[in-house]
Amino acid sequence: MTATVEAASARDFTERNRKANWIAFATMVALIAVAPFVAYPFFVMQALCFALFACAFNLLIGYVNLLSLGHAMFLGLASYCCAHAAKVWGFEPVSAIAVGVLAATVLGFAVGALAIRSFGIYFAMITLAFAQMVYFFSVEAPFTHGEDGIQGVPQGKALGLVDLSNPWALYVFVALVFLFGFLAIERIVQSPFGEILKAIRENEPRVISLGYRATLYKLAAFTLSAGFAGLAGATKAIVAQNASLTDVSLSTSSEVVLMTLVGGMGTFYGPALGALIVIAMQNYLAQFGEWVTVIQGAVFVACVLAFRRGIVGELAARAKVSL
Amino acid sequence: MTLFGHVVSLPALYGQLLIGLINGSFYALLSLGLAVIFGMLQIVNFAHGAFYMMGAFAAYFLLKLTGLNYWFALILAPLIIGAVGAVVERLFLKRLAGFDPLYSLLLTFGLALVFQGLFQNYFGASGMPYAIPKELSGAWNLGFMFLPVYRGWVIVASMAVCFGTWLVIERTKLGAYLRAATENPTMVRAFGVNVPRMVTLTYAFGVALAAFAGVLAAPINQVRPGMGVDILAVVFAVVVIGGMGSILGSILTGFVLGVLEGLTKVFYPEASNTVAFVIMAIVLLVRPSGLFGRAH
Repeated sequence: MTATVEAASARDFTERNRKANWIAFATMVALIAVAPFVAYPFFVMQALCFALFACAFNLLIGYVNLLSLGHAMFLGLASYCCAHAAKVWGFEPVSAIAVGVLAATVLGFAVGALAIRSFGIYFAMITLAFAQMVYFFSVEAPFTHGEDGIQGVPQGKALGLVDLSNPWALYVFVALVFLFGFLAIERIVQSPFGEILKAIRENEPRVISLGYRATLYKLAAFTLSAGFAGLAGATKAIVAQNASLTDVSLSTSSEVVLMTLVGGMGTFYGPALGALIVIAMQNYLAQFGEWVTVIQGAVFVACVLAFRRGIVGELAARAKVSL
Repeated sequence: MTLFGHVVSLPALYGQLLIGLINGSFYALLSLGLAVIFGMLQIVNFAHGAFYMMGAFAAYFLLKLTGLNYWFALILAPLIIGAVGAVVERLFLKRLAGFDPLYSLLLTFGLALVFQGLFQNYFGASGMPYAIPKELSGAWNLGFMFLPVYRGWVIVASMAVCFGTWLVIERTKLGAYLRAATENPTMVRAFGVNVPRMVTLTYAFGVALAAFAGVLAAPINQVRPGMGVDILAVVFAVVVIGGMGSILGSILTGFVLGVLEGLTKVFYPEASNTVAFVIMAIVLLVRPSGLFGRAH
């Protein structure tokens, strides 16, 4: 008797969950469609790039419980490589972005292979230190042009067909890149591979004792996360037509943590919403100068102390679904 | 002298070695503070760089507003900033005791942003000069080079404080309580020791070490809001290389890494900013738990 009740309530939950996720996804797509008419399109595209960046970051913190404090190295390196490929090698945007993604993925594999054997706080310190190394490399390396960055990146014709210097074409292109990245990450998390990642998050020794090589799964997750962060960074280079030191800096690394924390770690929609909030905060508070940093720090502290689930996490808990 | 195709003048080599030792003094003090805090609270204090910066600012304000000179600052600044640390522990960190340590890490990270932003807001990115105390100005002629007295003092003071801290933790009764409380806090409380107060004081002490380093640094580097952020990543590399929680390891690694950085500046200047991280990568490959750390 209880078994049937439980089965029924589980079915009920799945049903409710599916509905809630459809509503959330439809809302997001609708917002993306309406946004350029109500807000400055460049701002929306910037927000979409950071949203994808935060989703990539969330793949690690939300589903494997690995906190990377150096994720800007992937965003920044991909941004530089994409800008260089488009400007110096004359690549069209899609292949230039592919170059950026490849660079970030390779870097992700190398850093991951070194960092993944350590846990928790150790992992955070190691990723931060490596990101600082990439930062200094970017200051010194000739192709990044140090303090100046790479300016005037051509937007070009995507696949030789669509001219991205047309703002509408560019907007649709960026929206598609974001949706591709978002759905791919959602797919990864819900795949059997993603289930094992979540199992590692809950109880790593047990996963190992079941015969899985947890380290390899973690390394794969780290590399994937780096690759998607690279996709965000490379796309951003095409949108902003530049690549600069800000993209590899510690402040960018900390912003992505903040975005994910505000929106909700381990939720699908949280990081994207958090990115929108943080980017909007930066844009509209820009006239207050360094107060933005103070406010960001205060939001950090407030979230950690009182609001650990984040906005979407809190909503999902209220509605008893997982978003 | 020629090495690796570079022409190296001996005075330049000595000069860089000296700068390396000075930087090493700061790395050692900062990573020691991190190790002390980590040993007791099991958290990494990401606000450590901010406290270092605030120590330097405390010295600056003590001189400017109250006229108290360097020697007072050397004592008072660590006390003041240590008290700020105690408040941070009582108000914030304590509440997160039962949660995943990642939350405390994020909290100190957020606090660092707040402190840093506040100082940047009022003082901009530029630095403020802080004069070398007149008792320590001038230089000694060592025969092969001139050693500015203040720089010699920094190295000696830092070594003395590091050694003193090591002595207290490893060789005194207080240190024994501390180590015992790290192993089993409940048992130590049962013996009538006020462990929560000890945790607060330990955090305050670690923070005070950072502030002390900040005062030492004030006359050498200018007093700047960004000084903490710049040094923190290297200090993390030091901690990872030395192994977390090892007191002696963090001191030794700090000095050695400073010297290695100095040598790199002579032989291959382009890599001087990255050498610490390259060494960290190599150590991680060979000994993931650090040179002096225990594998877990």
